[in-house]
Amino acid sequence: MKILCTVKRVTDPEVKLKIGADQKSIATDNLKYVLNPFDEIAVEEAIRLRDKHQGEVIVVSVGPSDVSTQLRTALAMGADRAIQIVHAGELDSDGVARLLQKVYEQEKPDVVLMGKLSVDNDSWQAGPLLAEYLGLPQATYASKNDSLESDNEKNKVPGITIEGTTATVVREADGGIETLKVQLPAVITTDLRLNIPRYPSLPNIMKAKKKEIKEHTPQSLGVDVTPKVRVLKFELPPARKAGVKVADSAELLAKLRSEAKVIS
Amino acid sequence: MQLELTEHQRLTKDAARKFAAQHLAPFAAGWDKKEEFPAQALQKLGEAGFLAMLVPEDEGGTGAGAVAYALAIMELAEGCPATTVTMSVTNMVADVISRFGTPEQKQRYLPKFADGSFLCASFSLSEPGAGSDAAGLKARADQDGDDYVLNGEKAWVSHGEEASLYLIMAQVDQGGGKLKPTAFLVERGAKGLSVGRREEKMGLRASHTCGLVLDGLRVPKTAILGGEGNGLKVALTALDGGRIGVGAQAIGIARAALQASLKYAKDRQTFGKAIGEFQAIQWKLANMATELDAATLLVLRAAEMREKKQPCTKEAAMAKLFATDAAYRVCNEAVQIHGGYGYIGEFPVERHFRDVRVTQIYEGANEIQRIVIARAVLS
Repeated sequence: MKILCTVKRVTDPEVKLKIGADQKSIATDNLKYVLNPFDEIAVEEAIRLRDKHQGEVIVVSVGPSDVSTQLRTALAMGADRAIQIVHAGELDSDGVARLLQKVYEQEKPDVVLMGKLSVDNDSWQAGPLLAEYLGLPQATYASKNDSLESDNEKNKVPGITIEGTTATVVREADGGIETLKVQLPAVITTDLRLNIPRYPSLPNIMKAKKKEIKEHTPQSLGVDVTPKVRVLKFELPPARKAGVKVADSAELLAKLRSEAKVIS
Repeated sequence: MQLELTEHQRLTKDAARKFAAQHLAPFAAGWDKKEEFPAQALQKLGEAGFLAMLVPEDEGGTGAGAVAYALAIMELAEGCPATTVTMSVTNMVADVISRFGTPEQKQRYLPKFADGSFLCASFSLSEPGAGSDAAGLKARADQDGDDYVLNGEKAWVSHGEEASLYLIMAQVDQGGGKLKPTAFLVERGAKGLSVGRREEKMGLRASHTCGLVLDGLRVPKTAILGGEGNGLKVALTALDGGRIGVGAQAIGIARAALQASLKYAKDRQTFGKAIGEFQAIQWKLANMATELDAATLLVLRAAEMREKKQPCTKEAAMAKLFATDAAYRVCNEAVQIHGGYGYIGEFPVERHFRDVRVTQIYEGANEIQRIVIARAVLS
């Protein structure tokens, strides 16, 4: 089984972001980057599926040349080889999906695993767009029935079940969870409760040094990535105001009615 | 001049940081309180390859190198420094087996460090009457046919109760009363090797320190590491690496103390504002951060030299001396910033202060480091 897994470099969610001087970007000096946590879950799932069904895990990333660090992290977790599409400029979800489409056509994987969103831009778009452009079935927000404390999780049993050319995906929906069957090849995006990603062991970190990272560019893939989405301005959310103390429930109700206007 | 980490060094640091956050930091205070040895965490560290970091890949180790090793210790010690005592001594024993071992010794032992079959290993040089003075050892190893019989008393053995393998120094009489320290590899459970009293310590309480009693401990000739009479060389080589490890450990402890202090300075209100808004506290924090950065650079320089196999006895001594003294000052200031809350167990800096103190003492007291440095600069 061939699994293509996407990996994005994101700003470290633990670091406080600052808006750049142009007000249209995030200030990048001294920023720390990490592997998108949702993609980490996708890589973990890909490795588990590969270990169960044999085959290979190919990780792919789009970004400046130093995203090789995030690819190397995925290789150290256990992915077999990597593809890096070097692109330093602006990029929207549509551009990413069109680049991934080309990679898909070259690699012809049985399944594409992606994080359901990246924690920097929170667009949730790239996965569904890719499935659309490829005309493939998709199952988003893959989760599982087992808990993250279960024995199955301890034994690294994949949450996504694959039998023949069908994948069974337990997915998180607004009202609870539902189970979908999709025909492979398909695009599956991963949610938080699918697994606990491993951290790379030191021998695997050293082995990852020797694994292949193949480079492409949007030009070499023949994709125009000029963004269709235009960023006008970034703004920080307004600072939270201090709360107000009320004397009794009557005053609270009055304020909810007349000031907050949330009840009538 | 380059101050950039390589990719594998960065990944190793990240892996150690995640390990510490998941398996060490949440439990460190409890282990300290109950003097509980973190066997499970160590087992996981071993399985992840952290106990054979200095052993080359072709000998079954991870070959991560001294810099990645120092970085890993800093991160792990920020979570639980008692665990890194065991980790660094174990790496040190694996390192000297790799440097001085016969092919048979390497084959027999090194893979066990790398795959987690060894929980930990002990290094036993000190005795009740001899610490830094390695030539003054009293324990003896007398040849008897193809065997050696060891007798004596050893002290200050880290995780002596739990070790899977012991590296023990004893004097061999090479004729005419000429005593030469010799290193012996002794496996757990050997007849004649027993564990003495466990010390009650001020800090690093999850790491058990005890004595060893050698009473007619019979080992074959093949147990000698580095050749008869070469024990001092084995010990000194081990200690160069050990100094870098202790410097890194002290930095890890002090980083935890600084992090706790930064948080406290923002949270704690007096006279209507956070104490971090007072210059008195700001200057302390600025000094702590600066000293820690300087210490980190010194430790990484020594590690880089060791990795490149350059002589680094002076640089390792400087790194150990400065990093542990700086870390002590940082932890001391952290207690001061916390005021009364820094003196009670509810806040972590009380433990950091107790834990950091020994780093100025063990692996060659800082006075010894100054002697080493003075000799080098005067020569």
